[in-house]
Amino acid sequence: MEVLNAIFVLPFVDMFSEPIFFAEVVVGGLLTGVMYSLVALGFVLIFKASGVFNFAQGAMVLFAALTLVGLMEKGVPVWLALIIAAGVMVIVAVIIEKLVLRPLVNQPDIILFMATIGITFFLEGFGETVWGSDIHRLDVGIPDAPFEIGGMLLNEFDIWAAAIGAAMVGGLALFFRYTVIGRALRAVADDHQAALSVGIPLKTIWIVVWSVAGFVGLVAGIMWGTKSGVQFSLSLIALKALPVLILGGFTSIPGAIVGGLIIGVGEKVAEIYWGPLIGGAIENWFAYMLALVFLLFRPQGLFGEKIIERV
Amino acid sequence: MTETRNIGDTLLKVDNISLSFGGVKAITGVSLEIREREICAIIGPNGAGKTSMLNVINGFYHPQEGTITFGGEVRRKMRPHLAAQGGIARTFQNVALFTGMSTLDNIMTGRNLKMKRNFLWQAINIGPARKEELEHREFVERIIDFLEIEAIRKTPVGRLPYGLQKRVELGRALAAEPKLLLLDEPMAGMNVEEKEDMCRFILDTNDEFGTTIGLIEHDMGVVMDLSDHVVVLDHGEKIADGVPDVVRADQNVIDAYLGVAHE
Ligand SMILES: Nc1ncnc2c1ncn2[C@@H]1O[C@H](COP(=O)(O)OP(=O)(O)OP(=O)(O)O)[C@@H](O)[C@H]1O
Ligand SMILES: [Mg+2]
Repeated sequence: MEVLNAIFVLPFVDMFSEPIFFAEVVVGGLLTGVMYSLVALGFVLIFKASGVFNFAQGAMVLFAALTLVGLMEKGVPVWLALIIAAGVMVIVAVIIEKLVLRPLVNQPDIILFMATIGITFFLEGFGETVWGSDIHRLDVGIPDAPFEIGGMLLNEFDIWAAAIGAAMVGGLALFFRYTVIGRALRAVADDHQAALSVGIPLKTIWIVVWSVAGFVGLVAGIMWGTKSGVQFSLSLIALKALPVLILGGFTSIPGAIVGGLIIGVGEKVAEIYWGPLIGGAIENWFAYMLALVFLLFRPQGLFGEKIIERV
Repeated sequence: MTETRNIGDTLLKVDNISLSFGGVKAITGVSLEIREREICAIIGPNGAGKTSMLNVINGFYHPQEGTITFGGEVRRKMRPHLAAQGGIARTFQNVALFTGMSTLDNIMTGRNLKMKRNFLWQAINIGPARKEELEHREFVERIIDFLEIEAIRKTPVGRLPYGLQKRVELGRALAAEPKLLLLDEPMAGMNVEEKEDMCRFILDTNDEFGTTIGLIEHDMGVVMDLSDHVVVLDHGEKIADGVPDVVRADQNVIDAYLGVAHE
């Protein structure tokens, strides 16, 4: 009885009795969630356009952030370092298309997946060879001061991160909706053969999506890197994106965004209100458990298309 | 009807094509020609290799033997991109539309190769890029009028009934202003009325724009009405080639359709 009370009643009583603190937790979760969304977005873009499950997305985040921080440590001004890092991600995209995707076109998905594991090791190794394996402090000049609003204690940097993430997502949505390339991308995502038949060049499209995924990775890398330093573990946030994808569906951009937010809020709330019951650290596995529950009841994700096998 | 139209020189020449998948021979030593401004029907029983032939012509499949001559260039393998650039457009046996996009957007993708602005311009939608988009939009609107699908301009095509999807797919192919239009069973699964409409669109396309058409079709009545010239495939081989009336009377063709055993 007491156990049930502690699980099903007390946490909610806590939430209601201190609504401002609860709001603070939720907002904090949302802000982390935006970053999950960003990483998941990179996955979805590539999966939609080239049908590849890109295991290397996390390594791309790390590589982009390492390039940026490395350049800045060499005294390159922030704006120039940003441009160069973005350019480097385009070059990475071109190389991946040439050396990996094109030779492996029409191979089974699992082969392409393995190839992205190869890319992961390469990017991690290469990044560390060039820029070293220490933890680099990253500061691109986004203000970082705590402030209070309506009784909630928030951090300026988090607000910026969320705003930039939101702008990025909005920009991408416009790009997809209203430009010639965006339309071509949607076409490729829907039907490769048909896209080829109207003369949409697949390889250009692949370079574009991998570049965009690289930019998204760069932004995510800046956010995470500023918070926790640029280090090897950045590569692991790809693993956090996995439950987000299961929640949101592998092919849905809104899904990646909403999924990221749900996981961000969910794990914070769970940690604060239910964590003490079992000695904390719920945050580390909550996302995966939520994903498992989803796999059981809604395997196509929140927004994914229903999977009906054609027989 | 045929005698009044001026059928021109050979536009597409497929020479001695053989294609196999592992042990399965899909096409064996087939040659055929399609001439400018004609409607050429490719017919044959199921599994005869008709779709494979279209796939060879537009570069989805690469034959082990033979050559394809299109627009004066001889090729061993066609590439889908080159085929599209050269003016070959096609539709698919199982409708292949971009299901998440509207009718208008689907047909707009057909204009892809007509867009002149370079890549960076295409990544935005302002200034000259916007102006170009609007010009192409106008062209697409004319196709929409031509195919009488104004009412579904904004509808996501995944929600349309099959017959209309086939029509949108034709629209997308027409948007490329093709020299050679390849249609893989454009009337399959349609009711009589829809078939009549589709026949009319095909004839009008051929008449008004002088588009050369290669057509795969099972309905004999349609084939006899539409085509100037019929090629019959059976088990990957060509068994007849000529004007509709002659082909219809050909004993080999009759046997193939009645399923007389091959030795
Ligand atoms: N991608 C492929 N892989 C393996 N075999 C194939 C492939 N495409 C076609 N075939 C085989 O080639 C042969 C010819 O098929 P094709 O689809 O060209 O026939 P078709 O004349 O279009 O038939 P239908 O009237 O049923 O559409 C068949 O035996 C088919 O199984
Ligand atoms: Mg077929």
